[in-house]
Amino acid sequence: MEVKGETHSMLCNFEVLGLLRDIQAGRGQKKPNKFQTNLATITYETIKSLENWPCVHHTGEGIAAAMKALTPFKLTPAEKLQLINLCPSSAVEIQLIVEESEERLSEAQVEELLDLLSTHLPGPEKEEGEEEGMEDESEVQDDANS
Amino acid sequence: MFVLVQMKDTVRIPPRLFNLDTMDAIREALNKKFANKVVYKVGLCIALWDIETVEDSYIFPGDGATHTIVHFRYVVFRPFVDEILTGRIKSSSKEGVHVTMGFFDDIMIPSDSLQHPSKFSKQEQLWSWEYEAGEEGKVDLPMEIGGDIRFRVVDEKFIDTTPSSPEENISMPPPATTPSGSQVPLCDPGAKKAPYVLTGSISEMGLGMLSWWNTG
Repeated sequence: MEVKGETHSMLCNFEVLGLLRDIQAGRGQKKPNKFQTNLATITYETIKSLENWPCVHHTGEGIAAAMKALTPFKLTPAEKLQLINLCPSSAVEIQLIVEESEERLSEAQVEELLDLLSTHLPGPEKEEGEEEGMEDESEVQDDANS
Repeated sequence: MFVLVQMKDTVRIPPRLFNLDTMDAIREALNKKFANKVVYKVGLCIALWDIETVEDSYIFPGDGATHTIVHFRYVVFRPFVDEILTGRIKSSSKEGVHVTMGFFDDIMIPSDSLQHPSKFSKQEQLWSWEYEAGEEGKVDLPMEIGGDIRFRVVDEKFIDTTPSSPEENISMPPPATTPSGSQVPLCDPGAKKAPYVLTGSISEMGLGMLSWWNTG
């Protein structure tokens, strides 16, 4: 066995999940037969663990659109891949994924990133239960003054 | 997390599989050889992606099987250093926290890479983060077994588990001369070692148990 080339192309979780589901269903490749216990085990376990990742809710078109929308941010391929894989929903996660994010991205850009990820790569159906806890205090003060 | 690795290998197809389509037989042989195995300096092989080219098959004297050189691409689990992953805590000990991805178990977060300050409870055998919550004093945030955890990969290590050469075994203590010396352990000491180990860290903002950072 020989490995060709040092650089390996990266796959996003969605692609891997697609391949493994195809294998389990016998599309493209044959279903693992009873002699291929290794393949059957790894396919089952990987699918099971990938189902906890956001990629279960993704679509091919959504990822393509998100990749296109990510171009103006000048991110490295690895950072883009992680944004797609992890689908961050908070600014602190963006800081983790993007190196030196304070210098490279403004606060508005971080918000923009979170927005575009949530539009192109929707997560599970969430209940919109969040409410604005901050009351506008200036109005109250104005009332008291008048 | 996953990469596509281009590989080249000689596939032997025994005569009993000649009734199958050649490509199917090659796919089966490649998946049998690599799936769920760690290849040294490559990573944990998951499944065959595609076959790029198939060279001519040869038959060698004394063997009815065909030998074919195949160029193919394989899906391999090989997170890069600095990648953020989410896993599940499998166990914890004084040395640190053991994390599993489900299909890959050998991820260790050593005690010095946990959130600072963390302490280990001997009674419960759990690590917890002593978070300073301002005026309210310290809050203990436990890292429970089975909880989802987000961590950064800081190191990867491949250990060659192929049987070592006799020269390397010289360092082993010579068998005792007493009669019990005949009971030399048969298994080689490298057999139990994990071939591919990842080291993680959670000593950053946003890392650690997912529940810590889910602002409600």
